Amino acid sequence: MARIDLNHIRHAYGPNPKSDKDYALREVHHSWEDGGAYALLGPSGCGKTTLLNIISGLIHPSHGQLLFNGQDVTNLSTQERNIAQVFQFPVIYDTMTVYDNLAFPLRNRGVAESEIDVKVRETLEMIDLASWSGKKARGLTADQKQKISLGRGLVRSDVNAILFDEPLTVIDPHMKWVLRSQLKQLHQRFGYTMVYVTHDQTEALTFAQKVVVMYDGEIVQIGTPEELFERPKHTFVGYFIGSPGMNVMPVKLAGGTAQIGGHQIQLPTPVTPADAKKIELGIRPEYIRIGRSGMPVKIAKVEDIGRHKIVRTRLENQDIAVIVGEGEDIPADPHITFDPKGINIYADSWRVGGN
Amino acid sequence: MEKTWNNKAWFMVLPVLLLVAFSAVIPLMTVVNYSVQDTFGNNQFFWAGTEWFTEMLTSERFHSALGRNLFFSFIILLIEIPLGIVIALNMPRKGWGVPVCLVLMALPLLIPWNVVGTIWQVFGRVDIGLLGHTLERLGINYNYVQNPMHAWFTVIIMDVWHWTSLVVLLCYAGLVSIPDAFYQAAKIDGASRWAVFRYIQLPKMNRVLLIAVLLRFMDSFMIYTEPFVVTGGGPGNSTTFLSIDLVKMAVGQFDLGPAAAMSLIYFLIILLMSWVFYTVMTNYDAER
Repeated sequence: MARIDLNHIRHAYGPNPKSDKDYALREVHHSWEDGGAYALLGPSGCGKTTLLNIISGLIHPSHGQLLFNGQDVTNLSTQERNIAQVFQFPVIYDTMTVYDNLAFPLRNRGVAESEIDVKVRETLEMIDLASWSGKKARGLTADQKQKISLGRGLVRSDVNAILFDEPLTVIDPHMKWVLRSQLKQLHQRFGYTMVYVTHDQTEALTFAQKVVVMYDGEIVQIGTPEELFERPKHTFVGYFIGSPGMNVMPVKLAGGTAQIGGHQIQLPTPVTPADAKKIELGIRPEYIRIGRSGMPVKIAKVEDIGRHKIVRTRLENQDIAVIVGEGEDIPADPHITFDPKGINIYADSWRVGGN
Repeated sequence: MEKTWNNKAWFMVLPVLLLVAFSAVIPLMTVVNYSVQDTFGNNQFFWAGTEWFTEMLTSERFHSALGRNLFFSFIILLIEIPLGIVIALNMPRKGWGVPVCLVLMALPLLIPWNVVGTIWQVFGRVDIGLLGHTLERLGINYNYVQNPMHAWFTVIIMDVWHWTSLVVLLCYAGLVSIPDAFYQAAKIDGASRWAVFRYIQLPKMNRVLLIAVLLRFMDSFMIYTEPFVVTGGGPGNSTTFLSIDLVKMAVGQFDLGPAAAMSLIYFLIILLMSWVFYTVMTNYDAER
């Protein structure tokens, strides 16, 4: 297990990158703790797989240094880095049995056959495929195959880190949940350093202790699921996490209040941003109350999703989503109020204040 | 609408039946007809029964032609399949090299067979051919017209030159269908170059390789034009393969009976081989 330091890592796929636009990974400078479970969350093309492949050594970064436990591994090969990685689509060796598939990474490293046997049987138990060990791997279902891919990572107990690249994409929803909790258990039992790439927020939030949100080649926020939900550092985090995402609206700041059109909103703490081009207020639908007093809105649509209702309202020219409990009713003449606890202020998309 | 029940639909298959009848069934039956009769001038035919078949199956001449042909097929498979794999493995996967390699590989396949024969006939000549002349200059007394070893060498090299590309293209198609993730996973599992070939590339090429072996076997087993042009079956009978022998017997000596019996046996061997390959391939698919 290792602590991973990403030292000013930048990466461009094309030669001679000039501007920031040429970089798939603009700049990443962070430390990931030994034994931590991290999720890399972000939309397609934000650079999360690039970052993962840089850690595993499949890609050599254009700039920067990668350290495992303080040792520079930037120029080491994947084998030398001793990393396990599980890919989006199951990779199995068709012609081998399930047992041999798991033994493969150990045999390649010249581990003694007796030790291999112990490790493989242990791993087979873990991934619940013990009764399949003698079967050829090609006949298995997609999730069994993916379990084998996982198993090949877990069988090497001395790895520096285990990396997952959207490993549950091909798994059906029920198995997803089971595998995810198995991974979490494994993490608690063995303390692997785990990095998990996904674009699914539920997956990220349930798996990880720390979620790393990436956007446009940059890490925009690293935090616990709660921090990401309550205090998104960037409006993108607000949009991306939560369902529906955060309401973000342009405002004017004046002293301790924010102005939306003709309405004044009292801020919990006064904010005086440096000259920013764009000031926005962000508030999650969970923190908006609907009632008879406050700012008058029009209701565009009500989506009843069972546990609660999502009310799509319009405040002047601004779309605002509100979450209303199943039992609550919506008055004929609706008004909304913002709970001060949920208010965040953004200057040029970055959080500058709020509660 | 009520369904009409009659046999009119049979007329629909009539054109196909006619076509098959004229292209395959009637010629084949003619051959069968010759194979069981003895022919004399003036269109006189006498019933011969299985006589020609017995004669063929016990004839030294047929055995040696069959033996030569099997040996030839074996040798060219032994060379072309591994060579094709090696070339396919070393072909570029992206960039400008891909179209260049593909065109270069496809070129020999586009040349008509008798032209291939002529090219090598000239190429191997000691007086004007590049190969023959160079070998002679190197002090090798190369002469494919008189030395059976040299004739075999020339015919085999010619076939390798002509047909390895086919194996290459088939293998290459198999190789490019392997997703990158497999190679990445192999790196992470610490697999050696050999292990990558053995456990990733070879299993993925399995199917196309079977097809390549099948095609190359069939073609080489029926080879006629190229050796006919280069060596004419000689020196002596050393490169007289089944089809060359068959033509000699039927057209040269006008022994219609034995030639018909021989072509039927030849046909049955090919049919048997195709069936074996077909069974192996379908079994292999069922296993997957």
